[in-house]
Amino acid sequence: MEDLVNNLRSIITVIGLLCFLGICYWAFSKHARAGFDEAAQLPLTDDDLPASPAEKEGKTNG
Amino acid sequence: MQSQATYNYKVVRQFAIMTVVWGIVGMLVGVIVAAQLVWPELNVLEFLSFGRLRPLHTNAVIFAFGGCALFATSFYVVQRTCHTKLFAPGLAAFVFWGWQLVIVLAALTLPLGITTGKEYAELEWPIDILITVIWVAYAIVFFGTIAVRKVSHIYVANWFYGAFIIAVALLHIFNSAEWPVSLLKSYSAYAGVQDAMVQWWYGHNAVGFFLTAAFLGMMYYFVPKQADRPIFSYRLSVVHFWALIFTYMWAGPHHLHYTALPDWAQSVGMLFSLILLAPSWGGMINGIMTLSGAWHKLRTDPILKFLITSLSFYGMSTFEGPMMSVKSVNALSHYTDWTIGHVHSGALGWVAFIAIGSIYFLLPRLYGKTEMYSTKLINTHFWIATVGIVLYIASMWISGVMQGLMWRATNADGTLTYSFAEGVKASYPFWTIRFVGGTLFLVGMLIMFYNMIKTIAGEKAYNAPVVAPAAAHA
Repeated sequence: MEDLVNNLRSIITVIGLLCFLGICYWAFSKHARAGFDEAAQLPLTDDDLPASPAEKEGKTNG
Repeated sequence: MQSQATYNYKVVRQFAIMTVVWGIVGMLVGVIVAAQLVWPELNVLEFLSFGRLRPLHTNAVIFAFGGCALFATSFYVVQRTCHTKLFAPGLAAFVFWGWQLVIVLAALTLPLGITTGKEYAELEWPIDILITVIWVAYAIVFFGTIAVRKVSHIYVANWFYGAFIIAVALLHIFNSAEWPVSLLKSYSAYAGVQDAMVQWWYGHNAVGFFLTAAFLGMMYYFVPKQADRPIFSYRLSVVHFWALIFTYMWAGPHHLHYTALPDWAQSVGMLFSLILLAPSWGGMINGIMTLSGAWHKLRTDPILKFLITSLSFYGMSTFEGPMMSVKSVNALSHYTDWTIGHVHSGALGWVAFIAIGSIYFLLPRLYGKTEMYSTKLINTHFWIATVGIVLYIASMWISGVMQGLMWRATNADGTLTYSFAEGVKASYPFWTIRFVGGTLFLVGMLIMFYNMIKTIAGEKAYNAPVVAPAAAHA
């Protein structure tokens, strides 16, 4: 029983490492590139500053 | 325009304001305990003695100041990057009021000496249950918002916030497993070295996920936003994220070097702490290099100064941390002021600076303005706080190394060269410098409070209309 538990621990650790290496491989593949470029723009294409007082909904003074 | 759906800024506003308020409270308590070390006669009442106030200080700055900053920014970032308003706004309001109740309960119970005695998890079991309920509500709001997002990508900042929410839930449940013996007293479900290991598995991952992963989420949104440039490498941010996730959980044993913890476990902790240097510096470089080609913005924009300086401190403390986890270095540094200096280089330099920068970014937007009342005062805040941190960590480095060397010094016949009290006496000048540094940092927060009040006074709360996502590029 203890052997089984210890083997499982080793197996999970190796699977974890392989998962991580897989993620690295995927992240550096050409395939992921277009999606990354688009995702990187997400905060920037979103204009969060109120442009003019007329646009400030719910704002009545100041 | 009037009928258009708006983002839920209310809960962001509440948390943002309370970030500044709790920051002042928590840092004031920090300054008081620093003063008590220099002038022990300040320990006037048992409720206000060092032993009672110290956990109040750590809980207030981590969970009240840091926590409010994380709730505020995560609720803002997840709405803006998912182009949808918050899922379950009623639950979001519950998260705010519930969290404030937890903070008030902590401020009442800790000075009364009601504590589990577990560092950074001192709150007793009824409060632990309340925290669990609030955390589940938080997870529902956050992940619910991601589930109903209007864009296909989940922006990297949300990955970091999401990991923080899941990991903290896990840590809190396992480390708070305890047997209640009365309404106000419980005992840990674990015993001996197992208890110590669970405690520092919790303790170090509280640093890793509460104070690092979540604040990196802040970094990945607010640095690109304030610099008006995309993150240096999105690919690196993905590797950065998974590398942190796969390694942080193992580093806890470095808090238990040279204890009853088995030697192999100590070595595993040290090894993974050393490995952590790579993802940490990858993340720091990613953030700082975002400014590449736009360095001139640092000269004029004090918010950017806060954000970028925070990354420098992040780099410094994530170099220092792995170094201190090396057993032979730890033999000198452990239990000395060096640890306190290291923690504050991370807590003031990294966590507080990135939070302060992000809150300065948020406050005007939450009131329909484009900038704070005074940019000059943000600059003043930046320089006072920076001088404060440098005084703080430099004095703690010197006193820490001095204490370590004095404690280990032996005479030719094997007896100790110095008594413990001699080390205490030699530390006084440095504790005084630390008190001055901490006070300067607190003064900076008071300037921020004034700037905040002037920014929002007379302004009506503002909720921005939900923006449709930009046309897909792919």
